[in-house]
Amino acid sequence: MGKIIPAKERLLKSEKNWMDGELRGKILVIICAVIMISATISITIFLGTKGLQSFIKNGVSLIEFLTSTQWNPTNKANPEYGAFPFIFGSFAVTFLSAIVAAPLGIGGAIFMTEIAPSWGRKILQPVVELLVGIPSVVYGFIGLTVLVPFVRGHVGGLGFSLLSGVIVLSIMILPTITTIATDAMSALPKNLREGSYALGATRWQTIRKVLIPAALPSLLTAVVLGMARAFGEALAVQMVIGNVRDLPSNLLDASATLTTIITLNMGHTTYGSVENNTLWSMGLILLVMSFVFILLIRYLSSRRKM
Amino acid sequence: MVTTYLEKESTEKTIHSTVQLQMENILKVNNLEIFYGEKRAVNGISMEIGKNSITALIGPSGCGKSTFLRSINRMNDLIPGARAQGEIIYEDLNILSEQINVVALRKEIGMVFQKPNPFPKSIFENITHALKFAGIKNKSKLDQIVEESLQKAALWDEVKDRLHTSALSLSGGQQQRLCIARTIAMKPTVMLLDEPSSALDPISNAKVEELIVDLKKDYSIIIVTHNMQQASRISDKTAFFLNGDLIEYDGTEKIFTNPSVKKTEEYISGRFG
Amino acid sequence: MKSKTADRIATGVFIAIAIIIITLLVGLFSFILVNGLKHVSFDFLTSPSSNVRAGGGIRDQLFNSFYVLFITMLIAIPLGLGGAIYMAEYAKPGKVTDIIRSCIEVLASLPSIVIGMFGLLVFVNTTGWGYTILGGALALTIINLPSIVRVGEDAIRSVPRDLKEASLALGITKWHTIKTVILPSAFPSILTGVILAAGRVFGEAAALLFTAGLSTPRLDYANWNPFSEQSPLNIFRPAETLAVHIWSVNTQGLIPDVEEVSSGSAAVLVISVLLFNLLARWIGSIITKKITATK
Repeated sequence: MGKIIPAKERLLKSEKNWMDGELRGKILVIICAVIMISATISITIFLGTKGLQSFIKNGVSLIEFLTSTQWNPTNKANPEYGAFPFIFGSFAVTFLSAIVAAPLGIGGAIFMTEIAPSWGRKILQPVVELLVGIPSVVYGFIGLTVLVPFVRGHVGGLGFSLLSGVIVLSIMILPTITTIATDAMSALPKNLREGSYALGATRWQTIRKVLIPAALPSLLTAVVLGMARAFGEALAVQMVIGNVRDLPSNLLDASATLTTIITLNMGHTTYGSVENNTLWSMGLILLVMSFVFILLIRYLSSRRKM
Repeated sequence: MVTTYLEKESTEKTIHSTVQLQMENILKVNNLEIFYGEKRAVNGISMEIGKNSITALIGPSGCGKSTFLRSINRMNDLIPGARAQGEIIYEDLNILSEQINVVALRKEIGMVFQKPNPFPKSIFENITHALKFAGIKNKSKLDQIVEESLQKAALWDEVKDRLHTSALSLSGGQQQRLCIARTIAMKPTVMLLDEPSSALDPISNAKVEELIVDLKKDYSIIIVTHNMQQASRISDKTAFFLNGDLIEYDGTEKIFTNPSVKKTEEYISGRFG
Repeated sequence: MKSKTADRIATGVFIAIAIIIITLLVGLFSFILVNGLKHVSFDFLTSPSSNVRAGGGIRDQLFNSFYVLFITMLIAIPLGLGGAIYMAEYAKPGKVTDIIRSCIEVLASLPSIVIGMFGLLVFVNTTGWGYTILGGALALTIINLPSIVRVGEDAIRSVPRDLKEASLALGITKWHTIKTVILPSAFPSILTGVILAAGRVFGEAAALLFTAGLSTPRLDYANWNPFSEQSPLNIFRPAETLAVHIWSVNTQGLIPDVEEVSSGSAAVLVISVLLFNLLARWIGSIITKKITATK
């Protein structure tokens, strides 16, 4: 028991014994944390500056970009850079697929937590997880080979349409909405239900008047997250939407979204050209929208706490 | 020797040893205050812990005895917002100081927790884990220390044939003795026991108590306990804590038969706590 | 009773929704597997792909998918675990920690195409590497990092505190405790989470389109020298993965048997993801049983 080494040497911090592994470990993990911060910052900065090139360097008008429906970047005489059709397409598929998927997703969640709480989850949850597991290209492929001919044959139009895009996206965001909505519903305190039933309400009345309002911020969060996913989806949508540069006039018209145009044209255009730069600007819109969605979700989360 | 005491602003004065105990001290606490954030959990206590003796800390829940215990081996450092003021003198050094290498300190001041917490490894590895970190790699030395520690913890006979099986397969009482063994393996000077047998059945409890009394000849032991009978059975000196204050600290026999402070008497006779 | 009928109708609607969801899955899966598996043969899996002729296989794409996944995990796991350890053990509540959490949140919400574009900008163009496996792996690392950090952090936080205290009380440093006590305890959850993340990465296409490219050079599978241009192990070469291949054959539409190749590839892809999921569950339950087993 250390009387051989005096107490001061044993117990005081010194260069020799001061937790050598300790400092190294701490530095290692701090570096990892720093890398994560720098990745985020560099993504924002790089995509930001590159995205602004078309406006700053090439003189493309921001207003034209955002509002004009004429997209003709290759016209040498009078190139037009109206990206509105694609912006419209992105928002349209996002909102429409949210409208389709939200009731299904929330309904599925309610099924799992209210209608069949004992076995519903055991069946539906693996199903939802499996749906998540299907890669987006596969959804696109099925959309292409099954949905598009179906729409063409039984509904109208070319098959390649806004409708096909909406259907494919709805199915893709359904698991996201369902999972989060299920968490939201099951997080509701039990006495909420008990109180309602004790007052003689039916299950549906309880769900409609008590539970859904109570879970509303979280349910909205689920829908917003689904929308964020839809907005950013590229390949699956690209395979079924037709990719035309005109504004669609109805659901059966072919359309395009920001993501699909980027996907298709990035390879064809020369890096550094105006057309290429406008693609980066579209990417910037995607980046900005991601931030908007994050802020929206944060706002909804803070509402939940009230 | 009658030692002098620091007066505190609180209403009760701490009554210390009126019995002359010729004992060398291993720890000297001077006006120790411990805060969790703004809340003060220990209010300026001072006491001396004797060497090779068993000192019991008793008192109702929340009185600060565990907090005090944990400050001795700087385990309170793990709690964000916890800070200590004052001094705890060990080997002529104030171990609350920033200059102290707490990792080295904890090798000399060991702790056994309320709920047995063996590592999910084999019995053998539970003991050698800390030894290897401390630099002891020689296989025969490790074997020797393992056997010694398990012997001292009165566990050797029960496990010597299955040293390499999982520690989790032991009963609660055996696990606790294993925890004591692995602390002993580090050859500490002081052992801090935080309600070591409260989570155990009566028979294991008795075995652990027996063990603790036996350990006193090699180590200085401070034990926090809720069980007053246990305190009166095994300890040499007892300190009674209440609401963060050290109310009375004296020889165990005196505390339990003829306490000087009324509050102590009330607690002992079960009128509260 | 109006409310009673409403209740019954509502119940019916919810059941119908559940049935729709289940039907969706069953339908999709059967379509993929039934249509696809008939095109999957050993030949299919081991022949090189073809750009214009029928009868192409997916050998290179399959290899690329696994290899890109491997390199991604090689980078992402240490990085993610380091971040997780920092967040769980070293981060103090405050501004910096909030910033890190926000960064993780941002990374998690960025669409993969955006990350692909970033990859294109930095790992392909700025570095001058062109399309490479490494570029793809770095992009996928960014996509994956949030999940790994979250999985790691949850796993580390759920290790019982008294285990950590036991180790520290014996005079062991925090870092050594993390390495030898906490991480081994957290290992099953981390492993499960990583395998699940791998399943997701395996199906990723948009990001790889822009970073690993649409082509694969001529590969000599006997060449194990990672620095050689013909070695499949060379990480500085372009690599079309299976998911990207499905997209490209359908978009370029040059090969006559595009549907067969696509369905076969889709089946292989989906089955692989399924296997990852099953593997994660299976390993998770084995290790948990081993650790909690008392004999």
